[in-house]
Amino acid sequence: MTAAEGVPAAFSKSEMMIVAAARALEGQRVCFVGVGLPNIAVNLAKRTVAPDLELVYEAGVFGARPARLPLSIGDPTIVTGSTAVVSMLELFGYYLQRGLIDVGFLGAAQIDRFGNINTTVIGDYAHPKTRLPGSGGACEIAINARQVFVIMRQSRRSFVERIDFRTSPGNLGGAEQAERIRREGGWLGRGPSVVVTDLGRYDFDETGEMRLVSLHPGATVEAVRETIGWEVKVAGDLAATPAPTADELRLIREELDPEGVYTK
Amino acid sequence: MRDAVAGLVRDGDTVAIEGFTHLISFAAGHEIIRQGRRDLTLCRLTPDLIYDQMIAGGVARKLVFSWLGNPGVGGLNAIRRRIEGAIPDEPLEVEEYSHFGMVGRYTAGAMNLPFFPLRSYFETDLPVANPRIRPIDSPYGDGKVYAVPPLRPDVAIVHAQRASASGDTQVWGLLGCQKEAAFAAERVIVVVEEVIEETIIRADPNRTIIPGLIVDAVVVEPWGAHPSYVQGAYDRDNRFYLDWDPISRDEAATHAWLREWVYDLDGRAAYVEKLGAERLASLQPGSAPSGSVDYGAYR
Repeated sequence: MTAAEGVPAAFSKSEMMIVAAARALEGQRVCFVGVGLPNIAVNLAKRTVAPDLELVYEAGVFGARPARLPLSIGDPTIVTGSTAVVSMLELFGYYLQRGLIDVGFLGAAQIDRFGNINTTVIGDYAHPKTRLPGSGGACEIAINARQVFVIMRQSRRSFVERIDFRTSPGNLGGAEQAERIRREGGWLGRGPSVVVTDLGRYDFDETGEMRLVSLHPGATVEAVRETIGWEVKVAGDLAATPAPTADELRLIREELDPEGVYTK
Repeated sequence: MRDAVAGLVRDGDTVAIEGFTHLISFAAGHEIIRQGRRDLTLCRLTPDLIYDQMIAGGVARKLVFSWLGNPGVGGLNAIRRRIEGAIPDEPLEVEEYSHFGMVGRYTAGAMNLPFFPLRSYFETDLPVANPRIRPIDSPYGDGKVYAVPPLRPDVAIVHAQRASASGDTQVWGLLGCQKEAAFAAERVIVVVEEVIEETIIRADPNRTIIPGLIVDAVVVEPWGAHPSYVQGAYDRDNRFYLDWDPISRDEAATHAWLREWVYDLDGRAAYVEKLGAERLASLQPGSAPSGSVDYGAYR
């Protein structure tokens, strides 16, 4: 599977997304690992850019050292060899609400320009078109983690002008309002700071709005615009995301996800 | 198990079979289906396959939860069909929180408190969808938090590695909120892989999460948490979680599965035999023993 010497390896958009998300964790210390794509991204970061990253799982584990990619966020491999196993009351109370989480890493079904997230329903709540999983821990993670990273594939259905249900708050109606409400409410979290998709990486500008800052190989600004339901901002100094390295691809394909569950 | 469910789980009860991915009492859930309980309010943070099966089996009228999915696989299709209105004659009422909210509800129930305060729900639609999530001002004048009401199940059912015959229960691995659910409940059923001598409990009291004092029945049911897992004893049967997705997408296939694996079997021993030795052997983990500690003898 590894690329021949000097020849760039072929890779999928999903692999690029996972690699870019993992790289975003460089320099971070404590990460609360959300369901789905964050799980593989964070485990890749632990093996590459952030070996000292403390993985926190809502099931009640601090300092996980998973020997295999956890099948779910409640897998027994997150327990064996971890620093601490605690009740969920302690995990949410002492670790999250106390402010010990640097990054809450979430997935989402819908996101808006201010990083507000829906994982509850598509359509009307009482008569949903599609019933999604709901909050799990996402709502309190978005409020209490010092910052929030989001990983999700982008499309007109997922990057929308108006989300159908606000499960987890982002920058609300904009930075000014969000900062006031966080200050008045005593929130420890400062909200979303990074969004990684299959096409690029985004930050949030001074108005609290999502902004494309790096474009993945093969992606274009046109393709980005076609898959976002609002007129998305693009940074003046738009960067090009470096392609996955052979080592990153090997870790994904051979160690973390040999069945291709996350990369299909 | 038959006697415990017959004696302690009644039609219309609020039932919590807890266990966060770990230690989910499928054995108890299947027995409740077999005995044809009706109109239950089922509570769990993560309804998981067990509530998908129970709701398909017609035991519930209401679901109280915080994350509705097949962990690592996808959706819970039997429940979704009822929520999305695909089966109009079997509507399912839902009451939805976040994980911390559900944990807080059990905690308030366990501590006999009128509510549990938490820093969550601000600026979200969850309190709109569920008006039982309410904002309150701090009595000390330093801000607003949200409150959730206590959850006091009629019955909590907890799977564990081991317990004494009188119900002193020890768990290792993910603790979820089994302890909180048990202390919150009116009646408690503990289901264990093995019953052990009280001296083993007393040799390691830090590992005890539930005392026999609050336990109404101890049921010995090896492999009773399959296809979920028991730390140190068996792994999650992920093949089953994957297989459930196509089965549960089809109402007829779901009922055929319930017929084959629940109604046509008389209990967990038959289920384990039907799974077969090879399948069970594939789920056994290697060994990773803890070190032991010295509690000291103080005479």
